[in-house]
Amino acid sequence: MIVETGHYALVLALALALVNSILPVWGSIKGDRQLMAVAPPAALMGFGLVAYAYLALTMAHVQSDFSLINVVENSHSAKPLIYKITGVWGNHEGSMLLWVLVLSLFAAAVAVFSRSMPEDLRANVLAVQSWIAAAFLLFILLTSNPFARLAVAPAEGNDLNPLLQDPGLAIHPPLLYLGYVGLSITYSFAAAALISGRIDAVFARYVRPWTLIAWIALTLGIAMGSYWAYYTLGWGGFWFWDPVENASLMPWLAATALLHCTAVMEKREALKLWTIFLAILAFSLSLVGTFLVRSGVLTSVHAFASDPTRGVFILLILVIFIGGSFALFALRAGALKQGGLFSPVSREGALVLNNLLLTTCCATVFIGTLYPLALEAVTGEKISVGPPFFNLTFVPLFIPLFILMPFGQLLPWKRGDLAGVAQRLAIAFAGALIFTAVVAAWRGGPAVSVILSGIAFYVIAGSFVDLGRRVFGGGISAGLVSQRVRGLPRHAFGTAFAHAGIGVTLLGLAATGWGAEKITTLKPGEQVEIGPYELTFESIVPRNGPNYSELVGRTVIRAKGVVAATIEPATRFYPARGMNRSEAGIATLGLGQVYMSIADAAPNGAVNARIFWKPLVALIWIGALVMAFGGCLSLSDRSFRVGIARRARKVQAPSPQPAE
Amino acid sequence: MIFVRMVSMACLLCLAPLAARAVEPDEIMPDPRLEARARALSSELRCMVCQNESIDESHADLARDLRLLVRERLQAGDSDEQIRAFLVRRYGDFILLKPPFKLETWLLWGAPFLVLLTGAGIILVARRRQPRFAPANPLSEAERANLDAMLGDDGS
Repeated sequence: MIVETGHYALVLALALALVNSILPVWGSIKGDRQLMAVAPPAALMGFGLVAYAYLALTMAHVQSDFSLINVVENSHSAKPLIYKITGVWGNHEGSMLLWVLVLSLFAAAVAVFSRSMPEDLRANVLAVQSWIAAAFLLFILLTSNPFARLAVAPAEGNDLNPLLQDPGLAIHPPLLYLGYVGLSITYSFAAAALISGRIDAVFARYVRPWTLIAWIALTLGIAMGSYWAYYTLGWGGFWFWDPVENASLMPWLAATALLHCTAVMEKREALKLWTIFLAILAFSLSLVGTFLVRSGVLTSVHAFASDPTRGVFILLILVIFIGGSFALFALRAGALKQGGLFSPVSREGALVLNNLLLTTCCATVFIGTLYPLALEAVTGEKISVGPPFFNLTFVPLFIPLFILMPFGQLLPWKRGDLAGVAQRLAIAFAGALIFTAVVAAWRGGPAVSVILSGIAFYVIAGSFVDLGRRVFGGGISAGLVSQRVRGLPRHAFGTAFAHAGIGVTLLGLAATGWGAEKITTLKPGEQVEIGPYELTFESIVPRNGPNYSELVGRTVIRAKGVVAATIEPATRFYPARGMNRSEAGIATLGLGQVYMSIADAAPNGAVNARIFWKPLVALIWIGALVMAFGGCLSLSDRSFRVGIARRARKVQAPSPQPAE
Repeated sequence: MIFVRMVSMACLLCLAPLAARAVEPDEIMPDPRLEARARALSSELRCMVCQNESIDESHADLARDLRLLVRERLQAGDSDEQIRAFLVRRYGDFILLKPPFKLETWLLWGAPFLVLLTGAGIILVARRRQPRFAPANPLSEAERANLDAMLGDDGS
């Protein structure tokens, strides 16, 4: 019964989205305030309906209602509760519903948090958001209905793919969707600005927090996905330039560029065209990503199994929304008033270069991902574009960006002096050179690692140079420093941490060159050495989980005889799907990790083991956390909470009292 | 109890489909330099039956066969280029994860340069169209004297 009401709620949400697509836009064209006022309550109600539908689907999964096709294909009564709840988004139909849920969540949030936004802007933003919602609700109802029923309910379901039965499933998809779909708001803002023909600092002031939220979520989502792949797939790889991974990286690159543009727009009203272009581009890339993952067009470990009808439908959505918005951009871009002028050597100039490089990175990833498809369509030839291509093209593009970052932070607006900035950065350069020398002497190792770690130091130190000058510039007394720290706007700290974060990630990436790997057969009681550690493989023991059986290999890690950690790599068998999965044993020692995976247990207890020593690898994901922290600092900045002045309520004039 | 444990262990080991692991110990070549070359080559070769994995990473049987083939050829003294060419003759360009440089892929490899140049070109052209900073009219003598008087002649 609840499932049917959930289904009905979805249809109602579609109807409401269609209504909200038309009335507010008409209202803003005609200047009719009542029509425009339809948008916020409609957005809120739409969110309520979709949320109800999503909860209904979750209930069906939790109660193992096997009359629903979706539950049969992806669930099992013995599956742990957390995976019954999070498994709702572990398949195509459920995740599409989550997609639309987040879409309507953002629409509702805009409706609630934008009381002081100009009415016509809000009406248009919510209307565009409703167009997108309507398109995807139609897609769900017509081709991917999670509430589809089976005439005869089977006794048991097919269980969730064992690879997905992991805590990562609870974190990675929701964060990613908050990111991808959050970019729809910036798209709606851009489209609304193009429709009304007006884009100014007010626009940037409102767009910036939403862009930040989406960017933070996307950063964390991608980092989580990478870490999940790292500990699940058994060989310690964390980025494969897989089409689906690229599909998440491209919006991130565009969103990063967009974030910088909105900061400029707010301060200087420059880079308007870039801002609109990137806002449209970022969400368009999200849509393209959705298409790639769900249409079956590209082979990938991540892709949802899908049929061509869905692919065609999404393609149609892509053509309408991406084509339409770029056409609108081409038509209306000329009407936008030119903003502030700036010299090429200035913060704006640095940000233009930043945008150029990020867009080129984005285009490279895009072309690399889609080229095999295009080539096959045109000439019938099949080629592969894999990690070697991306490493050769992407990395050389990103290096100039790393070098540019501290410059961009220190250059003043409008007109800057490059030599002066370089002088101020001298401390970061010098520090980097010393660091490189120390690292080369201590670790040796591949030249790439040494050079990249030097650049990483430069980025981290450079991020804090500006902050350091502002905080310590007047003297080093504690009182003065704390006063200055409190006086600085939060987004100054946010910028420093976000930039430093990517430097930290770079350091972690550089350190992958210093790791060690051993592949060997181990019998219980045998010892093996790796890096600075000795591992003793103690025993192999069978164990049972709720819906799997496993063989656990207990291993003790010692550093110079002292026990540092114990790990339990395992290999699991899930009977419902007949699939194997390995569970890596990971010990985090300092900032590095010892990583071990086992397989092929022989009757005498011997196993094939693959052991890695990965120094500083945790920095890769710590860097992402630092970036997100920087983003949160910026988000909590007071300036976002100060709204545009509203007319105060009329104060009662004091009634004249006769003098006593 | 111990008997039950042994039987259940034996059953587990029989029932668990023993998926071939990526690079097993018995594949490793005794010469570390050849082994390093084998690993480097394997990481650039695609597993043809998997969904976007290299033969170095994949668990599939075909991946293992290809890894052994690569090591066999290395043992026989082939160079990296020769081994790649041999595999391409057999399986086509699809097996190379690094796309070859040829006419059909010039657009792929040239893309980053092209995009960068095009982008830079558009930006430069757009800047030409923008009105330049108007050079400020320099102060006349009288205006300068006036200014100095107002500022009290201390040049601040």
